[in-house]
Amino acid sequence: MPDVHAALADVVARERLRVVASLIRVFGDWDLADDVFAEATERALRRWPIDGIPANPGAWLTTTARRRAIDVIRRRAVESGKLAEVAMHESQETGEAPAIADDRLRLMFTCCHPALPLEARVALTLRVVVGLSTAALGRVFLASEQTIGKRLQRAKQKIANAGIPYRVPTEQMLPERLDGVLTVVYLIFTEGWAANADGALAEEAIRLGRLLLELLPGSDEARALVALMLMQHARRDARSVDGNLVTLEEQDRGRWDADAIREALALLRSPVRERGSYRIQAEIAAVHASAPRADRTDWPAIVARYDELLWMQPSPVVALNRAVAIGMADGPHAGLAVLDGLARDQRLCGYHPLHAARGELLARAGQPTEAATALARAAELAPTEQERTQIRRRLTSLHPADFG
Amino acid sequence: MRYLMFVATDPENAPDATGEGTLPIDEWVAKNDAAGTRVMGERIRPAEDATTVRRRDGKVLVTDGPFAESREWIVGFDILECADLDEAISVAAEHPMAASGRLELRPFWPGDQP
Repeated sequence: MPDVHAALADVVARERLRVVASLIRVFGDWDLADDVFAEATERALRRWPIDGIPANPGAWLTTTARRRAIDVIRRRAVESGKLAEVAMHESQETGEAPAIADDRLRLMFTCCHPALPLEARVALTLRVVVGLSTAALGRVFLASEQTIGKRLQRAKQKIANAGIPYRVPTEQMLPERLDGVLTVVYLIFTEGWAANADGALAEEAIRLGRLLLELLPGSDEARALVALMLMQHARRDARSVDGNLVTLEEQDRGRWDADAIREALALLRSPVRERGSYRIQAEIAAVHASAPRADRTDWPAIVARYDELLWMQPSPVVALNRAVAIGMADGPHAGLAVLDGLARDQRLCGYHPLHAARGELLARAGQPTEAATALARAAELAPTEQERTQIRRRLTSLHPADFG
Repeated sequence: MRYLMFVATDPENAPDATGEGTLPIDEWVAKNDAAGTRVMGERIRPAEDATTVRRRDGKVLVTDGPFAESREWIVGFDILECADLDEAISVAAEHPMAASGRLELRPFWPGDQP
């Protein structure tokens, strides 16, 4: 039977999350769930070539993993003299729990619980929901496998000790908690987008977003986040050419992923009662995505949305993006006036995009010397070599002669 | 699960003067006593009335004041009995000090765990 490996890889990719999430619900032990699932896949590798691939491989893995978990718990109970607990788990095992809420959803809400530190939420989601190994997580966080292992262990301990529940929050708490889950998903996306060129994490984030939307189809913010990520990810090939970053304005729009953009725009067409911040950010991305050329971007529409976004979540970064949009809509001097007001904000003075934006607007305003100073400052502050190179390229393109 | 809920002032953050979403303290106590989510609770006297006790080298050392000097004051506590942290959070979020101060939830250490 040559296809056992392929069949198993396929069923693991499709079913791992569902099986692990249900094991955690039944047994309340995260490490046990992980271990017995791994053991079940190993058993499959031994049994399937002999017995044949079962008709329902997902159910086979679930049953095998559950039996194994019961064995482990029984052994532990004998050791500690607590057999009553085994009886409880056995009764739960026979009667399938009513699927009021999907276990995968419970797992996501628990991993993203606000009582856990943000980094732990991201790490747990990537480890348990996405299924990344601790070694892979170490590469994402630029930390040793051991450090990541400790961080995950600490988070699982807090879940148990503090009584963080394994369920979907009550209706009252749901909007806030869902927002927390979306934050983690978007963080995985943006980190993946910035850090590794292969975009694998960004794709995982989009998959997570789609899963959330499938499980909570009524959430417009989940829908908008998927749309937003799709549109940003659609620009991945145009955004980096030969290792160099290309600004949105200079990107070859023919290299944007048209299918992804179409899908995103279709998602945004569904009616919405109350627009949240992801909806507005997605609408901004949609304005860019719908412009056939950079110089045909509907900047006033973008400014209007940044006005809304700033009102909803007053942050210096949103204010900066709004200033840039004003510069594009109403001319560089208008943008610079807003930007100068922002430059006094302590939180922004070391933020390189502020200086880069100032340099860009000054160049457009015909002040190349001042533009060069601002861009040089931006290059100094930029955190990655790629970004520094991009800014320096812009800097060398500033020829006073260009500005009659 | 049992939680000790510290009720404290929050000198670093501005209070929410509207108190929206919280209950007056009498109502909060009555509601949670009836629901069984509050086991007991008390206001406590301020730090200036605190006494710290230690035993070192066979001697009992008694000093005036709290063991941690901080601008934040613990003004009271409640013992909550809740199904899980989310229930405890809901109970805490309705306490009037959630809007004017802050609350800290500390799970009890179960007797059967080392």
